[in-house]
Amino acid sequence: MHENTFRKTVAAAGLNPYLLEMANLREHCSWVHGDGKEAATTKAIDLIRMAVAKVARHEKLFPKQVSVTKRALVIGGGISGIQAALDMANASYKVVLVEREPTIGGRMAQLDKTFPTLDCSSCILTPKMVDVAQHPNITLLTSAEVKEVKGFVGNFEVSILQKARKVDHTKCTGCGICWQKCPEKAPSEFDMGLGKRPAVYIPFPQAVPPKPVIDTASCRYHKYLRFVEEKQEGKAPPQCRICEKLCPVGAIDWEQKDEIVTEKFGAIVVATGYKAFDPTIYTELGYGRHPDVITGLELERMMSASGPASGDVTRPSNGEHPKDVVFLTCVGSRDEQRGRTYCSKVCCMYIAKHAIILKEHYPDVQCYVFYMDVRAVSKDYEEFYKRAQESGAIYIRGKVSGIRQEEGRLVVRGEDTLLGEMVEIPADMVVLAIGMEHSPGSAELAQALKVSYDVNELFIEAHPKLRPVETMSDGVFVAGACVGPRDIPESVATGSAAAAKVAALFSQDFLTTDPMVAVIDQMKCGGCLLCTKVCPFKAIDTQVLRDGRTVAVVNESLCKGCGLCVAACRFGASNLRGFTQQQLLAEVTSLWQ
Amino acid sequence: MVEAGGKALKQCYQCGLCTGTCPWNLVRNFPTRKLIHQSQLGIADFETEDTWICATCRACVARCPRGVAIIDIMKALRGVIVGMGAGYVPAGLRVTLKNIAGTGNPLGESPEKRIDWTKDLGIRPFTKDTEVLYFSCCIPAYDPNIKRVAKATATLLTKAGVNFGILGTRESCCGESVRKAGNESLFQTLAQSNITAFAESGVTKIVVSSPHCYHTFRNEYPELGGSFEVVHFTQYLGELIREERLKPTKELNLKVTYHDPCYLGRHNSVYDEPRQVLRSIPGLDLVEMAEYRENSLCCGGGGSRIWQETKKGERLSDLRLDQAVATGASVLTTACPYCMLNFEDSILTSNRSDTIKLKEISELVLEAL
Repeated sequence: MHENTFRKTVAAAGLNPYLLEMANLREHCSWVHGDGKEAATTKAIDLIRMAVAKVARHEKLFPKQVSVTKRALVIGGGISGIQAALDMANASYKVVLVEREPTIGGRMAQLDKTFPTLDCSSCILTPKMVDVAQHPNITLLTSAEVKEVKGFVGNFEVSILQKARKVDHTKCTGCGICWQKCPEKAPSEFDMGLGKRPAVYIPFPQAVPPKPVIDTASCRYHKYLRFVEEKQEGKAPPQCRICEKLCPVGAIDWEQKDEIVTEKFGAIVVATGYKAFDPTIYTELGYGRHPDVITGLELERMMSASGPASGDVTRPSNGEHPKDVVFLTCVGSRDEQRGRTYCSKVCCMYIAKHAIILKEHYPDVQCYVFYMDVRAVSKDYEEFYKRAQESGAIYIRGKVSGIRQEEGRLVVRGEDTLLGEMVEIPADMVVLAIGMEHSPGSAELAQALKVSYDVNELFIEAHPKLRPVETMSDGVFVAGACVGPRDIPESVATGSAAAAKVAALFSQDFLTTDPMVAVIDQMKCGGCLLCTKVCPFKAIDTQVLRDGRTVAVVNESLCKGCGLCVAACRFGASNLRGFTQQQLLAEVTSLWQ
Repeated sequence: MVEAGGKALKQCYQCGLCTGTCPWNLVRNFPTRKLIHQSQLGIADFETEDTWICATCRACVARCPRGVAIIDIMKALRGVIVGMGAGYVPAGLRVTLKNIAGTGNPLGESPEKRIDWTKDLGIRPFTKDTEVLYFSCCIPAYDPNIKRVAKATATLLTKAGVNFGILGTRESCCGESVRKAGNESLFQTLAQSNITAFAESGVTKIVVSSPHCYHTFRNEYPELGGSFEVVHFTQYLGELIREERLKPTKELNLKVTYHDPCYLGRHNSVYDEPRQVLRSIPGLDLVEMAEYRENSLCCGGGGSRIWQETKKGERLSDLRLDQAVATGASVLTTACPYCMLNFEDSILTSNRSDTIKLKEISELVLEAL
């Protein structure tokens, strides 16, 4: 941090700034050796002696300049990615937004209302989705995934897989005749399996783009094709192809194949979001066994006026309105035994929201909330929790140990830890406040981007406080819940923050690269190319010289100066500028001179 | 106590999942969470019966969201009382511990009688040429009702042509319940005595009847210098059946439900082998109870509870028997001598011997040969 300040001072004095050497007495000595003053002083003297020996062998170094492709890639079309894309596009930069699903909108599109204001989620989200679709600076690629990332800040080359939709979106007008007439139905992913959708479908009415895709797993024609291809026994299923016959513009394209497109970008914003925790492993809670035990996200779909139940909340077992509803917090959060140690942050608040809304819709409902701690830490959240209590929800402190079915109802059992007594609450419905976990494929994407990720497969930011949207990979930024559990305000804020970082990057025509990188002496290089294998940044290329020898060459824009190639090189051909072998040797020998 | 709970004891966030998970709270009040909190604060009531309740079934440990070693805390609490020689120790347990210290078995029988069950079975003592040691556990060796378990297992081993033997009078109680009762020094004595007997006889592989011996030999003896290959008889029977050395071919036409012993299931994750053995019996219809595998309900006999008197109305084995009867099964089977003792008792005291029979897995396999 402070090295830069001193370099600037050196430059202001008219010297090459890379002639600076710092003996870092504060961090490397005084802070770590608080208990041994005399020994620390001896060490400090040694550190200074070493720095003097090294600085005498410093050379003038000059940064290089590389051009910037002023075009950004956003991975993930949830609220955070949408916000980042819109902000960058409004700052006049070109943006490509890649979304894995057939529509953008992400998890927020599935929610009924949002806390703590009780805004209708899709009412505030869909205008932004439409803005994305209509923005002249944004190219939207849905049903697409990032496969490979090459290059470096300002000059990324990204391969994107455009999955076959079997519908030509350049012809399709989104008239809807195909999905209205499709005879095959499959469980709707968007409705958490509570409702059905046709085989040719848009996930929900306000989907962007409002054009369908064909799900080949459920499509009758594809079932027929598989039957023929696999030479199965028995009667062939019908060929169907009703959508093709009815489409007025001939947009159904059975021949459409997966395609890889490669494009250049100057910066990448990762906003791949989260996946809801699957509570099946809590066998004692009976999710999947008792139909009336549902997840928070399923309740959202039930409550949503545009959802499969048109907003009517009923018990899946018998279709009646529930009278007693029990909520369980921390399902898949704060639990080492189930592998999720962290707090998912949003569950306390979304339960309070459910309790408030249920009471509003059905005044005779009694809500119970089992909690360990109520975490209401953002603006107006504590007041919102109070509002849930005022609405009549009863909060019981304790973790539920089991749910059993008895005479058509559920009995929820746990300790009321404040009473120190066991309680059993008969319930018509139990809602599990499932937590957030990494979205599938996060580790692979992080590896492709050379971004670090933690044990939970969540992306790691460059600094948790001071560089929250940057990563250790220059030019790659992170936004939203792919870093850790985040609610909508935080996802939007980090989306905007990432966009601001990209805009700052794009405001420069050229980027200067750090000159303290590896350099390979072609005269010494033996061509074993071990360095190309050990380099974690794939920064070493090969070159054939005029005399026919193959040698290694460092791509200075990619090199981070880690020095692995220096250690690996058996010919001593690789050297790190600013940390040459000669300099390091001088430092060490100074210790006994 | 604080040490026994490990680092995680400090991390307990008092959610009460342990209390709710603890099966005792189905029949009586047992404030697990409160005991943990007292341990956090370093305060404990040495006169309370609560100290001796935990059956170490591991249901709470398996679920504790902060990974607190609750069983170790209970063990340490008991250890403090036993060590001080003051405070409340249940009468039944006092007698049993004295028996074990004196005779090496909880029933206080003479070591010579340990081989009585082998009469007429032609079982050889373990010698240098024997491959497998069969360790029956004290209950099947001495208890008149449970001897049939050891007999059945040994008969199966003979029929499969296994080269096995027993150590007889040189065997002592494995010490599992002794350790859980807080008597660490007696446990050490027992363990050393067994380890020496095993080592001197040249034992390398041990087949055990009891999940408690299994747990102790496998997980606790190695730290005392005794490393042997330990196999539970259900695992071994599975192997013999797979290798077709045992062929259960006779149709039994029985509806059977299996009770997972805590020390086999939750403590050692052996859930599948006993079920595989049962499924290999022709005509046997294996049905599961309301709670099984990881969620199995404890019989109440672990952690030295088997030596303590449990009041009628508070017996977990009675509840478990209800679950077994509710499946409509005519046979309740299990693979643990303690569970066998408790269920024998529950069937008798609830007059349900016409409704459901108790048979150990070995007995069923033997019937099917």
